[in-house]
Amino acid sequence: MNQPLGDFPGGLKLRGHKKRSTQTPIRKTPLARQLILPLQQHIGAAAMPVVEVGDKVLKGQRIARADGHVSVCLHAPSSGTVVAIDEQPIPHPSGLSAPCITIETDGEDQWIERHPVENYRDISPHEIRQIIRDAGIVGLGGAGFPSFIKLNPGVHHTVETLLLNGAECEPYISCDDMLMRERADGILDGVEIMQHALRAREVILAIEDNKPLAISSMKLALAARPHLSETRIVVIPTRYPTGGEKQIIQVVTGKEVPSNGLPIDIGIVSHNMGTAYAVGRAINHGEPLISRIVTVTGTDVTHAGNFETLFGTPISELLAFAETRREPDEPFILGGPMMGFNLSGDNLPVTKTANCILVGVDDAAEKTEALPCIRCGDCASVCPASLLPQQLYWHSRAKDFDQTRDYNLFDCIECGCCDYVCPSKIPLVSYFRFAKTEIMNQERERKKSDLARERFETRQARMEREQREKEERQRQRKAALAASKAKKEKEAAADTTAADDKEN
Amino acid sequence: MALFRISPPFLAGTNRVTLQMLQVLLAMVPAVIAMVYFFGPAVLINIVLALVVALGAEALLLKIRHRPIKPFLSDGSAAVTAVLLAVAIPPLSPWWLTVTGVLFAIVFAKHLYGGLGYNPFNPAMVGYVLLLLSFPLEMTTWLPVLSLADNPLGFVDAFHLIFYGETAAGLTPDAVSGATPLDAMKTQIGQQIQPALITNQNLFGFVGGLGWEWINIWFMLGGLYLLYKRVISWQVPVAMIGTLFVLSLVTQWFAPDITGSPLFHLFSGGTMIGAFFIATDPVSGSTTPNGRLVFGAGVGALTFIIRVWGGYPDGVAFGVLLMNMLVPLIDYYTQPKVYGTGKQ
Repeated sequence: MNQPLGDFPGGLKLRGHKKRSTQTPIRKTPLARQLILPLQQHIGAAAMPVVEVGDKVLKGQRIARADGHVSVCLHAPSSGTVVAIDEQPIPHPSGLSAPCITIETDGEDQWIERHPVENYRDISPHEIRQIIRDAGIVGLGGAGFPSFIKLNPGVHHTVETLLLNGAECEPYISCDDMLMRERADGILDGVEIMQHALRAREVILAIEDNKPLAISSMKLALAARPHLSETRIVVIPTRYPTGGEKQIIQVVTGKEVPSNGLPIDIGIVSHNMGTAYAVGRAINHGEPLISRIVTVTGTDVTHAGNFETLFGTPISELLAFAETRREPDEPFILGGPMMGFNLSGDNLPVTKTANCILVGVDDAAEKTEALPCIRCGDCASVCPASLLPQQLYWHSRAKDFDQTRDYNLFDCIECGCCDYVCPSKIPLVSYFRFAKTEIMNQERERKKSDLARERFETRQARMEREQREKEERQRQRKAALAASKAKKEKEAAADTTAADDKEN
Repeated sequence: MALFRISPPFLAGTNRVTLQMLQVLLAMVPAVIAMVYFFGPAVLINIVLALVVALGAEALLLKIRHRPIKPFLSDGSAAVTAVLLAVAIPPLSPWWLTVTGVLFAIVFAKHLYGGLGYNPFNPAMVGYVLLLLSFPLEMTTWLPVLSLADNPLGFVDAFHLIFYGETAAGLTPDAVSGATPLDAMKTQIGQQIQPALITNQNLFGFVGGLGWEWINIWFMLGGLYLLYKRVISWQVPVAMIGTLFVLSLVTQWFAPDITGSPLFHLFSGGTMIGAFFIATDPVSGSTTPNGRLVFGAGVGALTFIIRVWGGYPDGVAFGVLLMNMLVPLIDYYTQPKVYGTGKQ
């Protein structure tokens, strides 16, 4: 039954640095006095508040509803009072503020009435998706795409494989590792539900081989569920970026997701381990998504580890709980060291996508002046998408965006391998992001001007048509007039002739 | 540790341009020692002279172009150009020959095109070909290996010859020079002599030219070190050496009288330095994996064609420059298949 593993080109063998944060069990972060909840913690439209300032809320109570299809609800992580609905700084690389609901907690942590589903097999996939949407569940691997959408294969697709991504390939991060070690059963609860919702033929739990404890824990939990005969654990080699959706699919199944396509196009749906756990909690316990496991680690953290943290908890309080040697306002990394981003502000809240907070890395890249590209091709040899970053860089720099598209810019997954190996220290991914943004802006501008032109042309055509119709009508009227005039004259003439005749 | 980059990734790789260039220089040391052993200290004088001129010209041009001098001067690329050119020209070349070649390589072939990373042609080879076309006499006045020389030259004699045109005793380069094995092969084949008979002369060693074969072997070993260190990729050397080998093998079968054996081609002249150190220049060469195969094969084929039918005894420099011209075309048509764009 051991199907040979596929492989992806390129990639990096990076030092994991994961031991630092896996020495202690998952701990609960103490309840913060204030919880700041951005209305948009997911990809799609921001949620719409359904509470007002001054309202008392209970733990798990819905405080904002999904707005439109690609959107999810938001819940109060603890009981307390809504004290503000306004713009607050959010953990985003731009450093911008965005609408947030702020709750002052009362310390009671009192739950709202929960409605667990007795047996998920009794309800339809549609109902499951509805509950998951209402529970505010998004992909917890980092992107934050609403999970209910990815649990809906649609009428045109059948799902061959549900792939649970437990690669966690970025250095330092260990939240999925610890979740698999400690809550394997909870993950399998969610996996069963997901398989039911997708009607997936088989389930593969893919875990990197640098997590032996997580693998054995998952194996043990799976062995206790003999009815899951089509679920298996696949141990994959540790290599960055195996955890990328496209890469893990290639490794586990040997298939490639088509460019501009989705995994569902080849019968695969992938979800993160943490997401599966959240699905299990939502269906079997009636609990919405109000907390997550956050890895706090780095060279400047004294008690590195994983922390079950309520959303909205200020990152500064989490860091204080883990104890750091960090100066106030010293920047930290949200996410991993390869794809995360740099933040500084102290009052930023933990959100649904915050998988790791990294304070100090061991081999930190310093800010250096880049040398020119020498076309050595080291970047191309590590690119997991088989792109030519050196050529993409050349054309991005020249703002020759047509050429960047020819070189498949949009297949870049921004994993940062090319940056890492570049001997000239060129920030390649930044150039590619710039080029992508520019192209999307141009596209939007083009669409806008196309629309304006279309509108103008339609209007022009309408006016011309109206003009023509008007002229036609005038002509007809004139003709009619002329005809009747001629007729009258003729009659008049005839009358005269008749009169003349009479006279004669 | 607050000195972060602004954008990810925040982890530092250890790869550096300077390190790559230093590895290249290091990998040439054994072959240079072999050259000194076979051709005397004149080789070293040329290298030092070329290095001084190259670094001086690089610094001056960077200053004129308002570029930061320290990072670019220390990247090592000018030094690599200097050494490659210095070992390619005859050991007893007059000083102005070396200076002219190096200046043209650094000023015209490199900086007038925009400096490091922007030169479409291999600077060392541009300098070499300029000298070959402008000063054919000086450029073909090679030394015989020391064991064959009537008057082995010491350091003082070599110095005098390079800088004053004659030794203290009044010897001129003509008096001490001799043909290279490739030269001898070409000239004597022109005189209808069988290659097998030519290689019986004392100018020739086991497989290639006497001395030259060892220099080639050391360049090959240096090149294998660069491969092991991943400074260069395997495609160019394999394609170039393979093409040269196959073409000479086929020729030996069908027309044994027109050129030497495959091994003679592999271990004579500039084959190994060309395959591992010159054609592998990333800036002026192809940058895609398959493109590098095409590029290397092109250099190998042109080298062979020029050696057998061309007007010059060796063809590596012309081969590299001609293939440099084709690089944009090669790169465009040899893009690797991108993830998700192929057939399922």
